[in-house]
Amino acid sequence: MNKDELQSLVAQMLREMGHPVAQAPTKESAAPERAGTAAQDGCLPDITQIDLRSQYLVENPKNPQTFLALKKKTPARLGVGRAGPRYRTETLLRFRADHAAAQDSVFSQVPERFYRDNDYVFVKTKCKDKDEYLTRPDLGRRFDEENAAVIQRTFPDRPKVVLVIGDGLSSAAVEANAPDCAAAIRQGLQTRGIPLGKTLFIQYCRVGASEHIGELTGAELVCMLVGERPGLVTNESMSAYLTYRPRFGTPESARTVVSNIHRQGTPAVEAGAHIAGLIETILEKKASGVALRQARA
Amino acid sequence: MCNPSSDPEALLSVGIDIGTTTTQLILSRLVLKNQASDFAVPDIAIAEKEVLFRSRIHFTPLLDERTIDAEGVRRIVDEEYARSGVDKAAVQTGAVIITGETARKENARQVLSALSEFAGDFVVATAGPALESVLSGKGSGAADYSRQNHCSVLNFDIGGGTSNLALFDDGEVADTGCLNVGGRLIKLSPEHVITYISPVLEGLTALSVGQGVSREELLPVVNLLCGVLIQAAGLAPQTPLLEKFITDKTVSLGRRTPVLSFSGGVADVMGNSPPDWDAYGDIGVLLGQAIAASQLMKAPHITGAETIRATVIGAGSHSTQLSGSTIHFHDAVFPMKNLPVLSVTEEEERSPTLSQTLRQRLRWFQAEGGGTQVVLALRGEANPRFSRICQLADAIAEGFSDQLAAGYGLLIAVRHDMGKALGQALSYRLDAHTPVVCLDGISLQTGAYLDIGMPAMHGSVLPVVVKTLILT
Repeated sequence: MNKDELQSLVAQMLREMGHPVAQAPTKESAAPERAGTAAQDGCLPDITQIDLRSQYLVENPKNPQTFLALKKKTPARLGVGRAGPRYRTETLLRFRADHAAAQDSVFSQVPERFYRDNDYVFVKTKCKDKDEYLTRPDLGRRFDEENAAVIQRTFPDRPKVVLVIGDGLSSAAVEANAPDCAAAIRQGLQTRGIPLGKTLFIQYCRVGASEHIGELTGAELVCMLVGERPGLVTNESMSAYLTYRPRFGTPESARTVVSNIHRQGTPAVEAGAHIAGLIETILEKKASGVALRQARA
Repeated sequence: MCNPSSDPEALLSVGIDIGTTTTQLILSRLVLKNQASDFAVPDIAIAEKEVLFRSRIHFTPLLDERTIDAEGVRRIVDEEYARSGVDKAAVQTGAVIITGETARKENARQVLSALSEFAGDFVVATAGPALESVLSGKGSGAADYSRQNHCSVLNFDIGGGTSNLALFDDGEVADTGCLNVGGRLIKLSPEHVITYISPVLEGLTALSVGQGVSREELLPVVNLLCGVLIQAAGLAPQTPLLEKFITDKTVSLGRRTPVLSFSGGVADVMGNSPPDWDAYGDIGVLLGQAIAASQLMKAPHITGAETIRATVIGAGSHSTQLSGSTIHFHDAVFPMKNLPVLSVTEEEERSPTLSQTLRQRLRWFQAEGGGTQVVLALRGEANPRFSRICQLADAIAEGFSDQLAAGYGLLIAVRHDMGKALGQALSYRLDAHTPVVCLDGISLQTGAYLDIGMPAMHGSVLPVVVKTLILT
């Protein structure tokens, strides 16, 4: 059966079921009435610009205000209505768009101008490309000799604090948040009299790279800003991992984490100011992660 | 998720309400909790409000119709503190409210100073119809009902001298009002001889002091008062009569048809088995019964979870709010009291001439009341760039340079979550010993006053009380 035969068969079935048959898209049928999806001047509106928390698609709702008030509290795709047993086209397209954005942020590179314009020192882990980065987490935690030498040259005198930015699993997160966050951390440390050297940018970076940096520099604390694995809510979420005296073998429980740094979560500058305070506490208590919590209790 | 770092911490809060008719005290416990996980920036909120102690309800001691007996009030509070078993030094926050007609009385300040030993440093004294309406509406449970049922609720807190109106949309205050409608606008001796008629009723009744009256002779006045409430509730067209009873303003309902809620002493006598009409030597019981039989009961309505205690519970449990959980303070001494608010418009805040605007406003403040520590109220932005924070900090440091030179610190309250970043940027720009306090999560308007309590939860939040009026 060829494609035309299949289409006419489907059309016939639909007619028998009493459904109108979809024609080749005309202006009317391709542009549903709902605002925001209509094509104008040959340009489709960007559906990812719609704030899901203020979108309610159920038809003839009894109390839309109340539902919207509830929706303000969650990014979940609730109140999307349905077409038969399935999502409506708009919902499905948005889901796919968000998913694509998440995938893009994993696979795209932080551009060179990012670390050049911000005057970050560029290094990369042992991974040779994104594919290797994704399949070999162990290589994302270690540097080859050449990059190790750059790190040692950048921090020659056993620094108190090393601030690094890693691309991690979302380049979009790092580009959106890291410069503002890092600037706020730097200013916060300055007011507290804590010295801070240059900022490192690490390509193909896993959190565990902190340990190698600790070994190479003798740093008392490594603070890493790194892109979180993107989800469907946002692809711009960044975390900060603070490790006191990171060395090979340091357990994950020794990390203090500040997560959800993005425009709908904790704003980057506010997180930066908070992290500066945390750094002071960690240096004072000489502990991070679970040990810090116990020391503060 | 196991979250031991968020061990609850509690604030002990007192509420003292010196009303036209009654004086009451409550002690409540405000439990603070970190609602964020260990892996995020803290988010501390008042998670629980528990009333620990309710005093007896005392008649407000008066020396004469216009003067509160300050010493008498002091004795009541002393006695009730002793009954509660709570050490007055342990009280951390709260409010003393002089409500209703008595707020206008000249000796309010004297009363407050008589109470200072109990109220301590941390408790604020306050009055003003708008705040009183909000607190009684929250204390009565009307705000909670509105939040839980996603509806508009109009609370009438009907006391002796005034009725405080508060309109809530989805739990948030939409408007407030105050009417001179109360149960003690006329007072009687046990022999039903009129001993007092409020000046509010002048020209509205032929009754006069010294006259003996029957229940029936009082009903026209009572029905008149009830009619005023009906108009304020939007159930009858507004007439000049309503205006005659407005103390500052009534609520504007717009298109709402709110659920009605009743609290205050009069709400207590709206039930099916009222006390004798003359039980309290006033028209309160008659007013309560008139309301119960009126159109007001045909509209959707609720009785407040708290009635006669609504205002005092509002003062004790709802007057304190918390700042955001990422804030900045440096070299500051708490508590801070009666800080006047200096605000700028949204446009002025964004303008590159913000520092000049601040200079002008400060000069205006100085002309009004001499050099004083002010709080700068800003809106801020949801997700500002670092460069924007720097711009703002520069403008503020520049605009406040004369104040800073005169030895004042910098106090700032921002609405959006950016207080710590902005405060830090200011400390960076200023002398290391300049006190800087930068709160967020607080909205303030010019004309308001702010009190800031002692830091709680390891210094991550500050309890604050926003007041609309101070007695000085």
